[in-house]
Amino acid sequence: MPVQNEQITDLEEKARQLRAAILRMLHRSQSGHTGGSLSAIDMIAALYFAKMRHNPADPWWEGRDRFVLCKGHAAPAQYVALAYAGYFPKEDLMMLRRLGSHLQGHPDSKSTPGVEVCTGSLGQGLSMANGMAMGLKLDGKENRVYALLGDGELQEGQVWEAAMAAAHYRLDNLCALVDANGLQIDGDVAKVMNVAPIAEKFRAFGWHALEIDGHDMGAIVEALERAETAEGHPTVIVAHTVKGKGVPFFENKAAYHGVAPNDEELAAALECLGHS
Amino acid sequence: MSTMIATRDAYGQILAELGEENRDIVVLDADLSGSTKTAVFAKKFPERFFNMGIAEANMVGTAAGLAAAGKVPFVSTFAIFAVGRAWEQVRQSVAYPKANVKIVATHGGITVGEDGGSHQSVEDIAIMRAVPNMTVIVPADGAETREAIRAAASYQGPVYIRLGRNKVPSVFPVEHPFRIGKGCEVVAGTELTFVTTGLMTAQAVTAAELLRKEGISARVVHLGTVKPLDSEIVLAAARETGAIVTAEEHSVIGGLGGAVAELLGEHCPVPLKRVGIQDRFGTSGKSEELIKYFGLTPEDLVEAAREIRQRR
Repeated sequence: MPVQNEQITDLEEKARQLRAAILRMLHRSQSGHTGGSLSAIDMIAALYFAKMRHNPADPWWEGRDRFVLCKGHAAPAQYVALAYAGYFPKEDLMMLRRLGSHLQGHPDSKSTPGVEVCTGSLGQGLSMANGMAMGLKLDGKENRVYALLGDGELQEGQVWEAAMAAAHYRLDNLCALVDANGLQIDGDVAKVMNVAPIAEKFRAFGWHALEIDGHDMGAIVEALERAETAEGHPTVIVAHTVKGKGVPFFENKAAYHGVAPNDEELAAALECLGHS
Repeated sequence: MSTMIATRDAYGQILAELGEENRDIVVLDADLSGSTKTAVFAKKFPERFFNMGIAEANMVGTAAGLAAAGKVPFVSTFAIFAVGRAWEQVRQSVAYPKANVKIVATHGGITVGEDGGSHQSVEDIAIMRAVPNMTVIVPADGAETREAIRAAASYQGPVYIRLGRNKVPSVFPVEHPFRIGKGCEVVAGTELTFVTTGLMTAQAVTAAELLRKEGISARVVHLGTVKPLDSEIVLAAARETGAIVTAEEHSVIGGLGGAVAELLGEHCPVPLKRVGIQDRFGTSGKSEELIKYFGLTPEDLVEAAREIRQRR
């Protein structure tokens, strides 16, 4: 069902809440990836709170769409979405990365309700998403599979093996999203190992490629809806994003890739988000 | 005269049979389906066979995804590529989540022959054994391969099965029951024990016959499963016969010999000799020549038995 305008406003508000939740959990854990979680959260909000069919009360419900966080270090973004959707209590978020917690440093399907596979080693997620899409097709099911990758992750060769296979097997039930925030741990993606032009590369591999502003909720939803109409080929949404989006002093800083906010930064960040 | 069949041929047959019984079985190969014998399944069930091209990392990851969608994927290529090229995919995408993926690798060991050292995996058992959640199976012959594949299909979780390229003599009767993690005594004996896996079990049976002619009573214990190790049968052999010779078509580091050495060192230190590849890469040659070259003949086992008896 198409998403209406008022829902877009609701999604934007949801994303704002999720950003604050990410910052609070990372502040508590004092460990984890801030920048890449904030760049991906608008897409994750659109998926979990508008586009995906899923049932938090029954995480393994057969009719669910699948989500694979290929850039597993953005786990906080998926965890807050799962908690706010009702998969587990929001208080659990404060246990991120602690011994015995079900919220592991990177997504772990054995631990966390709503997590489909284990990711974290970059480059492996798209292959697993392909496998799910192939399995669903074999069973004649209509469920969709979403895979969220980082742009730095595209440097992994396995991504292109998977890109080739997804087109070869005509996985039109698969939609990849690239969180193209332009930064990786060592600096600019373009300087470390240039992956541009991303959309053209996927097109050359036989994909339908869309390019959007990854923080424009209307554009995200529209692109996801266009991906649903694909026939005979997978779709990639190349989403241009800002690392650390929503907290001006984190934005576009590679230094905040794997750094959690301290007390002052949390207070200032929440104020930026109107959550002080 | 025993029948000769390659374990990979037995695999191709049983996989196609299992495909009939279990519609959730899917098979992935990386452009080697004619060699790994998954082509038999592919011909029968083309819609459930996926040729992934020469891209093993993606193949293993895709299998993990298929498992997440409720399928029972069998993944095949040569041992060197399944374990070597795709090691981290096996670890992260399969073993870590305990995905229900069966990695059936053919062309294990040096009997690959003429292709040479680049294609002869001498370390795959060690590598797979070190990965948590992984079960490691090395069948002795065609009959055991059939039963092992059947057992793997009904087991929930990751399994690595190592098969060979060449025809090997049969050790077991056609209906040999296979239980994951259980070894079996193939030849009774009292003065030493050959603990063997894969094609070395047949070599040990021959060696035990040769030794019997010399008046030496050698037991042969076959471990079709290297992990989990059947510690009970190995420790019983150590206590009862007082000396162990391990034999495998694999490096003496980290494989069956390594596993048995770890067990005996901690629980029952008796004289031990590990027959296998002595920390070297393989080389080109005919399979029979390489068996001799690397010291894996029944005569080599007899020699090892004589030596270990001196140390008792």
